[in-house]
Amino acid sequence: MHSRKLAFGNLMKLLRSFAVTGCGLVLVVLAIGGCNKTATDSNEILIGHYASLTGSQATFGNATDTAVHMAVEEINAAGGINGKKMRLITYDDKGDKREAGTTVTRLITKDKVVAVLGEVASGLSLAAAPICQENGVPMLSPSSTNPKVTKVGDMIFRCCFIDPFQGAVCARFAVEHPKLKAKTAAILYDQSAPYSVGLQEEFEKAFVKLKGEIVLKQTYQEGDQDFSAQLTAIRGSKPDVIFIPGYYTEVGSIAVQARKLGIETPMLGGDGWESPKLGEVAGKAFNGCYYSNHYSSQDPNPRIQDFIKKYKAKYNETPEAMAALGYDATYILAEAIKRAKSLSGKDIAAEIAKTKDFDGVTGKITIDADRNAVKAAVMLEMKDGVATYVSTIQPGM
Amino acid sequence: MADFVQTLMTALAIGSLYALIALGYTMVYGILKFINFAHSDIVVLGSWISYSLAIKILPVLGLNPHNPETPPPLWVGAVVLLLSMVICGLIGFVIERLAYKPLRRAARLNVLITAIGVSLLLQNVGQLTFVFGSSPQKMPSLIQDRELIRLAFSSGENAQVVVVGLVDVMIFVTSAVLMLVLEYLVFRTKLGTAMRAVSYNPDSASLMGVPVDRVVSFTFVLGSALAAAAGFLFVLKYPTVQQPAHFIWVLLGLKAFVAAVIGGIGNVRGAVLGGFVIAFVEQFGAFYISPNYKDVYVFALLIMILLVRPTGLLGSPLQEKV
Repeated sequence: MHSRKLAFGNLMKLLRSFAVTGCGLVLVVLAIGGCNKTATDSNEILIGHYASLTGSQATFGNATDTAVHMAVEEINAAGGINGKKMRLITYDDKGDKREAGTTVTRLITKDKVVAVLGEVASGLSLAAAPICQENGVPMLSPSSTNPKVTKVGDMIFRCCFIDPFQGAVCARFAVEHPKLKAKTAAILYDQSAPYSVGLQEEFEKAFVKLKGEIVLKQTYQEGDQDFSAQLTAIRGSKPDVIFIPGYYTEVGSIAVQARKLGIETPMLGGDGWESPKLGEVAGKAFNGCYYSNHYSSQDPNPRIQDFIKKYKAKYNETPEAMAALGYDATYILAEAIKRAKSLSGKDIAAEIAKTKDFDGVTGKITIDADRNAVKAAVMLEMKDGVATYVSTIQPGM
Repeated sequence: MADFVQTLMTALAIGSLYALIALGYTMVYGILKFINFAHSDIVVLGSWISYSLAIKILPVLGLNPHNPETPPPLWVGAVVLLLSMVICGLIGFVIERLAYKPLRRAARLNVLITAIGVSLLLQNVGQLTFVFGSSPQKMPSLIQDRELIRLAFSSGENAQVVVVGLVDVMIFVTSAVLMLVLEYLVFRTKLGTAMRAVSYNPDSASLMGVPVDRVVSFTFVLGSALAAAAGFLFVLKYPTVQQPAHFIWVLLGLKAFVAAVIGGIGNVRGAVLGGFVIAFVEQFGAFYISPNYKDVYVFALLIMILLVRPTGLLGSPLQEKV
């Protein structure tokens, strides 16, 4: 009796181990099958996009992603890339550096994308670029302007200008614009964002070169709500202009609080200001303030107006610069894949590097030896919450 | 001199916010002897509920909720404040009933861990798209901020001015009124006496016929309502309402907690004092030393106070029962 029970128990154990191994085998087979499926499905070319769809830079990510989607649809409607359809996978990085790393790793290792688009904020691009470089997957940033981004390696590209140029444009504008004629400037920057730190350095260099004087430098951090201490100090230093190279969420609060403290000094910034939220938050507080940008929706150039018409018809809003850059980046990538010998990262990267005189919405784009784009910037003035076109500044001025 | 007075004004406004939040920490600690880590999330709820109410009420009055140029009548602000206090008070009541009451006889550590759980729950549920979402929103300006007083310290080219805004004054006055009401409640009413009795010794209070459970519930309602008021005033001053798990809320809660500890945790007047001390250290440090280390001053002060006077500025010395 006793021994039978034991034998029965052994049988059960054996059966169970069979079942477990069987399940495991099935899983392994499924996993291999799954991998094979994505790898052999040769009618599609997978492109990854990581963007801040939520968080304090959400308008950047959403505008870019919308435009990237639009470009992909257009490319597919026109026959795709060498007969294959482009498929886009977008993940939300929440404007968080760690999330940016996680999402890009997932795009590359799990989804096996051939190339990655993103990010807007330089800090996020810098977090993800080493991952793309290590895995040999080309990354094309539509709008990160910090020079360090493309220095990560030969797989990292961008299709916008870089901060040494942007800083020089802002400095020259501050000195030369008839409404500013600045001799002194104060700087208030976000010390937690590589974009902001880099841009203020370049501005200072250029401004000092033009015989200007930086009277005061103050810092804040992403997420700060109260800027009274910094602004009170700036108020005391009486600058002709205040340079604030931050992102729109904080810049909006800064402008409102500055006006409350009775500071009427004009403020100046970079492309981090580009967001409909800026006017919404600050409205009239921004009158008489300027920022540099990649394009202006008021530019009469037919290429731009055509893009705006298409975008408006589809999404019922005016595209901001981040959208225009996302659109251009997608086309540059698609053209490069079209020309590439194979879908390997190396071949695609080699072709992105060869991009020359690409006629984009944001101007003629040529990728230089440092994998950056050389192109013009525009200056915009805030009028009752609306960014209006002032002037275009060509590279090599 | 003008800069000094300007910094003072900012510190007073921010200090009253810290004080309001610190009161909730200190009252719960006084009665249940545990730190309610979910308290700062009630502040977040207060802000988001105020925002949600404001964008619902304004269109009813025919005002565009996103256009700051048309200030609504003053009573709208008062209604939003009261409603969000009532709603948060109820939420505080429910949290205490569901999460803490079943643990009344459990070890204190269990309650503490539960509080962290409640905090995580509130932060993450709040981020769901159909609750508040995870993108920052702009609070409609319920009170048109304008210059109330402008003090000039000298005239001519080097005129130095101090600008006192309406919102700052409103924050200070509203907080002061709420704190006075609380003071009256705790020290002059029967309920307040019951609260102090439970705080002193729950078992004896219970034997004397004090309904301990009801007193505890009431404390949570009171603390949560004050937190809601702080949340409302916070977004009135800083109109960007950040997503519920954003680190600014954590930092705000943490500083208020430090305020409660510095004032002497469990002591209602201490919490108010601590709130202002923290704000002064933070703002003057930011202005006269460097804004980079704004948070460092606060936590450095905490360490110093804990070394010199572990029970806080107004705390009574611990009496270990033998």
